[in-house]
Amino acid sequence: MLKSLDRKLLRDLWSLKTQVVSIALVIACGIGGFIGTFSTYGSLLWSRDNYYATARFPHVFATAKRAPNSLAERLRAIPGVVDVETRVVREAQLSIPGVVPPMIARLIGMDFAHPPGMNRVSLRSGRWPAPGARGEVVVNQRFLEARGLKLGDRMNVLLNGKLESVTLVGTALSPEYIFATRGGGMPDDEWFAVLWTDATQLAAAFNMEGAFNSVLLRLSRDASLQAVIEAVDAILEPYGSLGAVGREDQVSHKIISQEINQQRIFGTVLPAIFLLVAAFILNVVLHRQVHAQRGEIAALKALGYDDRWIAWHYLKFASVIVLLGTVLGIALGWWLGIGMTGLYTDLFQFPSFNYRMPGWLVLAGAGAALLAAFGGALAATRGILRLRAAEALRPPAPAEFRALLLERLGYAHLLTPAQRMILRNLERKPVRAATTIAGIAGSVAILISGTFWMDSLEWFIDVQFNQVQRADVNVGFAEPVPRTVRLELARLPGVSEVEVTRAIPVRLRAGHRSYRTGITGVEDDATLQRILDAELREAKPAPGGVLLTSRLAERLKVRPGDTLVAELLEGKRVKAEVHVTGTVREMAGMNAWMRLEDLNRLAREGPVVSGAGLAVERAEETALLERLKQVPAAAVVIVNRTLIDTFRETSARNVIFFTTVLSIFAATIAVGVVYNNARIQLAERAWELASLRVLGFTRREVSVLLLGELALEIALAIPLGFVAGFWLAALLVALMAQEVMEFPLVIFPSTYVYSGGVVVLAGVVSALIVRNRIDNLDLVAVLKTRE
Amino acid sequence: MSAGPVFQARGLTKVYRMGETEIHALRGVDLDIFAGEFIVLLGPSGSGKSTLLNILGGLDTPSTGSVVFKEQDLSRADEAALTRYRREHVGFVFQFYNLIPSLTARENVALVTDIALRPMPAAEALRWVGLGERLDHFPSQLSGGEQQRVAIARAIAKRPDVLLCDEPTGALDYDTGKLVLDVIARINAELGTTAMVITHNAAISAIADRVLRLGDGRVVGEERPARKLTPAEISW
Repeated sequence: MLKSLDRKLLRDLWSLKTQVVSIALVIACGIGGFIGTFSTYGSLLWSRDNYYATARFPHVFATAKRAPNSLAERLRAIPGVVDVETRVVREAQLSIPGVVPPMIARLIGMDFAHPPGMNRVSLRSGRWPAPGARGEVVVNQRFLEARGLKLGDRMNVLLNGKLESVTLVGTALSPEYIFATRGGGMPDDEWFAVLWTDATQLAAAFNMEGAFNSVLLRLSRDASLQAVIEAVDAILEPYGSLGAVGREDQVSHKIISQEINQQRIFGTVLPAIFLLVAAFILNVVLHRQVHAQRGEIAALKALGYDDRWIAWHYLKFASVIVLLGTVLGIALGWWLGIGMTGLYTDLFQFPSFNYRMPGWLVLAGAGAALLAAFGGALAATRGILRLRAAEALRPPAPAEFRALLLERLGYAHLLTPAQRMILRNLERKPVRAATTIAGIAGSVAILISGTFWMDSLEWFIDVQFNQVQRADVNVGFAEPVPRTVRLELARLPGVSEVEVTRAIPVRLRAGHRSYRTGITGVEDDATLQRILDAELREAKPAPGGVLLTSRLAERLKVRPGDTLVAELLEGKRVKAEVHVTGTVREMAGMNAWMRLEDLNRLAREGPVVSGAGLAVERAEETALLERLKQVPAAAVVIVNRTLIDTFRETSARNVIFFTTVLSIFAATIAVGVVYNNARIQLAERAWELASLRVLGFTRREVSVLLLGELALEIALAIPLGFVAGFWLAALLVALMAQEVMEFPLVIFPSTYVYSGGVVVLAGVVSALIVRNRIDNLDLVAVLKTRE
Repeated sequence: MSAGPVFQARGLTKVYRMGETEIHALRGVDLDIFAGEFIVLLGPSGSGKSTLLNILGGLDTPSTGSVVFKEQDLSRADEAALTRYRREHVGFVFQFYNLIPSLTARENVALVTDIALRPMPAAEALRWVGLGERLDHFPSQLSGGEQQRVAIARAIAKRPDVLLCDEPTGALDYDTGKLVLDVIARINAELGTTAMVITHNAAISAIADRVLRLGDGRVVGEERPARKLTPAEISW
């Protein structure tokens, strides 16, 4: 049997159903966002760690130019090392019949008869190459799918200047290539293939018999990573080592970890904000509900209900709303989680990637919501506990009104009586007006902070692909070639401009801090490859020194004027001091730039280059690419247009999905805040407005009084919201900044317009609904009641 | 009738603030009320009648002075004790009924029977006041007189020791008002409940055992009507 007080609860909830629903939706957005992102985070983490464990993913990765296989014993002997795998890894140009722009293949030699016990490559379809068979390869699963290939298809690989035909006999997955990329931040499923082939044949093709150029190590649980890395470097130093790294610097791992980290931040910061807003609205609604039901509360007190019971009654009111929002939120979170998992399944190649929503997460979400709600409700109900029953029974003293500030200044005659009423009402309860404005400004801010990511992304793409990197085609040479190659490249079909560069892998040291990157030497008047910051200011390396990306300088804790030690990891492996002549806040990369001549001098080499950027007439592009296939030295050819497309299809897609979801959530909050405010204000002033109608005011005049106040509050809130939104976006950008890339804080005017527009639209819709209720005020009932 | 007084008040004063003004509602009230009596508190507006009733009913506490209900000192009681007192011993009826608009007549009465120690069933209380046919109507579907009678049923459902009524007929028409007074009189006569009714209408005092006149915060007169009339017999 339901107690009477509970029946009252249910009926009160029903009479406020639209407000209840709008608040529940806000809570649902908060909880849904939290559960969705956190569960995705958990699923990613679990999938990754599980895969690493079953595939025995290495802990240390090292490369060298050419080291004898016998070194493996010495590496195995390093304290802490439990397993070592040496192999030959080479990159080569890849072409498929019918596809013109060339692709890159990373060839990995493997002994299929005795596959290594670590870094296990798992066969997904087909078979391993047969022993002795020539030209059989296994390719990474995703490349086959992206290119629409089938087992048995043939491809061409440029092996050391010779074009070789290979046959696809199987597909596989590797923990090293969960995120398949050459080394940039984007997956190139279409343009980058990993090919496993017979170790002996690969070694023979590249004159690497009896030698290796890549080694993987697995460590025991208590091994010291730093000590092992130093030991490996020492052993491989004479053989052209490029430096050993741990998992954090392995590209695929780094990118997954960054993604996981981002999920975690998104899963906590934004839902927290949403829940705070929900608690705020709930607080306001409850406060006013309690105030409006003063008379009823007094009657209950008179009947002998004690304060705690009455307070508990209103807490239950809040709890029902929270519970409703939580249930919706769980469903929403589950749907979001599945959606995001789906996106990640396209991005990451896990053997199995299952979405799991752990029970504790649901409880945590519900708990957080209840906490937020109770916090709000408690504040509201404390008012009851202080109210003496007798006071509640008396009609409240007529509200104190004073002359407006404007009136005291003498400008009152400029206002109509209606306008004066509106302003006096706002001035009388400045706190209430302030909280309303704060709530609306908050929703504008949330809208901005959820939507601006698209602007940031667009800006990033435009700057990186249209302003910084303006070459149409980039060529990379297997070995450094004389600078005069410019002239030969300029003669190729369709080439209108040529710029050459020299890139050398380097370890930069400052004190005890070091970083492994590359120094790139650029021509003085370079226009195809420019060095720009987020505001498009151009920087050039000063003569005699090195120009660093700001993030790199911060990592090494150096400033312009300081000196670094550069250990070149190629050629003569020179160790020399370089001066830091400047820093530039580039959006992507941890780059070190020098003048081409200065770098050649530093490396004690002649005028050589390792790459070139070409501006190519679109019509001649195909001819050029065909021609380039016949240039043996051109090991790597990249058409930049394909990079943009890939970026938009992968990383961009995730951002767009996320931004769209966030925008909808933020819009829900905005509507919730505005609508609730309108309804509450109506409830509080209904008696007053009805009395005015009785006196002869028209419906329109009375609407203006109420909606005019709302409009004024919105008008004041929007500019505040813009400022708050800017700062919130800045905070998020700072939180999301990674080492190799930062999102620029760019907010287009259209985002401001959208955010303000949503709130105004919410205001208009709320006004129409409220207006309808004003028109139907029961005038007769008003005459009979006291207040 | 028991020997000692049900209520004993000595030197009651009450000062409270309303907006910016300070109001001296009671300026020193002494009285004794005995079990089963029907008391009418008479006086013009501002004389302190409601304040006195609220204090006797445990809704408010005096600024100075003492008020004792059957050996319980209400002036020293804390909020929890006053709540218990109201719950177990006092039935209130107000001028503006103060029903919960979202509950039916039966449910409004059930509010009390849910928490009382030895309640009367809600339906029975409503039949007692003649609303047996209107159990499931909402306040908005009842006339003023019917709403007031629901309020009375709510008050008596807990079988209180005292029934305190503040201008119970103030918002009602002549005939309905007499009907409500009749219910109150019957409660006093048949259930033995001590009843105190506030009014500014002198004619009503004819149905009381004792009439206390209040003026300017003090008891200025006390009378016993020669012949106690029934509500049907009075007119104004």
